[in-house]
Amino acid sequence: MADLSINFAGIKAPNPFWLASAPPTDKAYNVVRAYEAGWGGVVWKTLGEDPAAVNVSSRYSAIYGKNKEVLGFNNIELITDRSLEINLREIEQVKKDWPDRALVVSLMVPCEEESWKYILPLVEATGADGIELNFGCPHGMPERGMGAAVGQVPEYVEMVTRWCKTYSKMPVIVKLTPNITDIRGPARAAYNGGADAVSLINTINSITSIDLDQMVARPIVGGRSTHGGYCGPAVKPIAMNMVAEIARDPATAGIPISGIGGIGSWRDAAEFIALGASSVQVCTAAMLYGFRIVEEMKDGLSRWMDEKGYNSIADFSGKAIPNTTDWKYLDMNYKVIAQIDQDKCIGCGRCYIACEDTSHQSIANLLQDNGTHKYEVKEEECVGCNLCQITCPVTDCITMVPQDTGEPYMNWTQDPRNPFREAS
Amino acid sequence: MIKSLSHLPTAEASQDALAGQFTDLHPPLNQRQAEIESARCLYCYDAPCVNACPSDINIPRFIRNIAQDNINGAAQTILESNILGGSCARVCPTEVLCEQACVRNHSDECEPVKIGLLQRYATDNMQFSSHPFKRAAATGKTIAVVGAGPAGLSCAHRLAMLGNQVVIFEAQSKPGGLNEYGIAKYKMTDNFAQKEVEFLLQIGGIELRYGLALGHNLSLQELQKDYDAVFLGIGLGASRQLGLTGEDAPGLMAAVDYIKELRQADDLTTLPVAKRAVVIGAGNTAIDMAVQMARLGADQVTLVYRRGTESMSATEHEQDIAKANQVKIVTWAQPKEVLLDDSGKVSAMRFEKTVLDASGKLTGTGELLDIPADGVFKAIGQTFDESSLNDVNLGRDGDRIRIDDGFRTSLSGVYAGGDCVAPGEDLTVQAVQHGKLAAMSIHQDLMTNVEAA
Ligand SMILES: Cc1cc2nc3c(=O)[nH]c(=O)nc-3n(C[C@H](O)[C@H](O)[C@H](O)COP(=O)(O)OP(=O)(O)OC[C@H]3O[C@@H](n4cnc5c(N)ncnc54)[C@H](O)[C@@H]3O)c2cc1C
Ligand SMILES: Cc1cc2nc3c(=O)[nH]c(=O)nc-3n(C[C@H](O)[C@H](O)[C@H](O)COP(=O)(O)O)c2cc1C
Ligand code: SF4
Ligand code: SF4
Ligand code: SF4
Repeated sequence: MADLSINFAGIKAPNPFWLASAPPTDKAYNVVRAYEAGWGGVVWKTLGEDPAAVNVSSRYSAIYGKNKEVLGFNNIELITDRSLEINLREIEQVKKDWPDRALVVSLMVPCEEESWKYILPLVEATGADGIELNFGCPHGMPERGMGAAVGQVPEYVEMVTRWCKTYSKMPVIVKLTPNITDIRGPARAAYNGGADAVSLINTINSITSIDLDQMVARPIVGGRSTHGGYCGPAVKPIAMNMVAEIARDPATAGIPISGIGGIGSWRDAAEFIALGASSVQVCTAAMLYGFRIVEEMKDGLSRWMDEKGYNSIADFSGKAIPNTTDWKYLDMNYKVIAQIDQDKCIGCGRCYIACEDTSHQSIANLLQDNGTHKYEVKEEECVGCNLCQITCPVTDCITMVPQDTGEPYMNWTQDPRNPFREAS
Repeated sequence: MIKSLSHLPTAEASQDALAGQFTDLHPPLNQRQAEIESARCLYCYDAPCVNACPSDINIPRFIRNIAQDNINGAAQTILESNILGGSCARVCPTEVLCEQACVRNHSDECEPVKIGLLQRYATDNMQFSSHPFKRAAATGKTIAVVGAGPAGLSCAHRLAMLGNQVVIFEAQSKPGGLNEYGIAKYKMTDNFAQKEVEFLLQIGGIELRYGLALGHNLSLQELQKDYDAVFLGIGLGASRQLGLTGEDAPGLMAAVDYIKELRQADDLTTLPVAKRAVVIGAGNTAIDMAVQMARLGADQVTLVYRRGTESMSATEHEQDIAKANQVKIVTWAQPKEVLLDDSGKVSAMRFEKTVLDASGKLTGTGELLDIPADGVFKAIGQTFDESSLNDVNLGRDGDRIRIDDGFRTSLSGVYAGGDCVAPGEDLTVQAVQHGKLAAMSIHQDLMTNVEAA
């Protein structure tokens, strides 16, 4: 059996599945249920200064797939709406009762040294394993100079991180906002400030849908709405790219990354880890299906690791990074061609119309004697874009088959068609 | 009252209980089901289901409209190809039409998309503030349509849409044809046939005249004279005969005549029920008859066919419905003799067992089989009612009217479509398609003549 335990920036956990700082980790009741369900750790719902934040009624909205499965989730909640004192007392008790699980405390206080200097010792006294700095909340809090308002300014990120390292001995994880052009900026700032790790992503500014009768976005609060933070499956590709950007950046080489964003299955987790994460955090999936989902995630991940011969998370963490490169280093001589498995094809014609209308007119629509259609790839026309394979509703019906061109690796920097190629 | 069965007891169960037997055979989808089912459609290109729909409905488009909560858009997509899309959604044997062609029939795809039920969902739930189709500028032409069945109604609607005036002549006192008088009661609930006609007439420009039967109190020559064109959609008014003595004995009747009474009965308890019923035939009419008699309270219903089940024109799905209603199906037996009791009423039906001989021809074996019966219903096919055309000489193809690919008969200015013509299958949807195409052909011919003049 693969060993799922991790040591993330000095924080130990029996498995890499943590609950992200959010409603699932709002209070002792939820966290204890999560631990009972088997989660390796939690990041406690973000604490702030008293008086505690106040939330509005009607807080979430979503976009859906064809079977009403949630693809993207949006919220306008603030940080904890409970007092600091109650939260700290519960954290201390829970950590005492569950010593083997990771318990990280998320924090957000004003960008003033005194505020941090005040709260850090209080948190440290609970016995918590570490802190996560919430520089990401994109709604409500930035209007008060916190959350993403800090995360978007690398200088602030570095400064606050340094304060935290100065006034506490706990590992410091900096949680990054994706609402920024180049994620490497704040990541480098965190690194320079002495962060022990980064976690990402927090939510993305979003409006999920509009009530076209009332002419107002959702969620609706008394006839008005505001942008919220987007998460769930739809944000996973954005999160993974950002994780990869940091993992590939020599300036932050080796910094532990906790991957967050749209994780709901063992495969999602494995993908983040392959891109350099060494723990993962989950929010939306738990909110939609409950804590029990961790069971399938642990089971799936460890079976897959056994199959692949990976003994520990570290064995495959970052394994996809060397293969994630800049466009200019891709092999210009590589070629794939679509191939349709006629036995699997159900004749829906989608590959044909997709390629015909929007790609390279490389699929022939052949009318058969019995009135049905047969679809065949015109190999000489196919540019290998994958579109037909993507639109085909049947699994493994269209395969992109690598062609033996007999030509060696040649990237764009070497390509004679590139007017700015490097002299050879 | 059905004269030939007046000696039989009437249905025993209460009206409520009987009505419960004739509710929707396939209940309509609710919103949730329509959401799930519409999401299963793959929005095929050159979709095989469309090619299999005799009325060319753009199925992927209407289903996608449903999935996007655009029910009126879905309904309009259906109705622009098939103005009787509501009845077709109820009566089409989808298992041999669109749904048979659906790509999700493929072995790995679980099951076809429920196209018929989705079509019903759209047409049942559409909400138009006014008729969804507009009439083109008036052409000044008036066309006579004979028969207010699916073919005639479809033809009339399309002609009106193209800017023509239409007068429909109908022998019965109600429109709808077999939608009103023939389709099984549990397929056409809630007076739907009449509601659909009301909807279709909203287009305007269509006048309906009842109680006028071609060949009786209406002459084709007159119509030719008085109208710019004539469309015949008169269906198949006569039932095939067994050709046996005793065929008109009390206790024996044509299935369609019984079904007609059933469809028109407000009080089902007044209907005569054959405790032991025999239905002769192998088509959907035979199945409908057998199942409806079983639901009215017959103890034993036996459907007898002279060949094997594989040759039955009733689909497998229809045969399953019969079996589910405890109808016994006896094959390889042909009607031989109507057995009567002392008072001259039907007491049993005698059949002769059959086989295929060496040359593949059906022959009797000489072995006899008597099935006791209080009522025998023949459903061995409908044929053209010759009396309709007794005053003219119209080119024929077997017993049907011969037409060319523009639905033109041998008489100039006279067109025909639906069950009364040769090509195609006798299905509601086919009749609708004929009516629509004939209307376009009539319109085009009239307009060409205008230009030429
Ligand atoms: C019992 C039964 C069950 C059926 N079940 C199904 C089914 O489940 N699904 C399916 O798709 N199809 C079914 N059919 C077939 C379907 O009903 C017909 O194919 C369809 O109705 C044909 O339409 P039509 O307009 O050509 O003829 P009809 O529906 O027969 O309409 C002809 C119209 O013309 C009128 N008419 C006839 N003669 C004259 C005249 N001389 N002068 C004036 N008017 C006249 C009639 O009164 C009638 O209104 C069934 C048929 C029967 C008999
Ligand atoms: C309702 C809600 C409240 C959240 N509150 C916080 C918070 O207080 N602090 C924080 O750092 N992130 C917060 N998040 C962001 C999540 O921790 C996480 O980064 C984000 O949802 C992406 O992960 P997911 O796709 O698994 O949901 C919140 C998310 C949601 C949906
Ligand atoms: S890969 Fe692109 S070009 Fe090739 S067949 Fe598919 S869609 Fe057409
Ligand atoms: S998309 Fe797939 S299933 Fe559909 S026609 Fe093309 S190859 Fe066949
Ligand atoms: S064949 Fe089936 S899946 Fe394809 S468009 Fe028609 S109903 Fe939809």
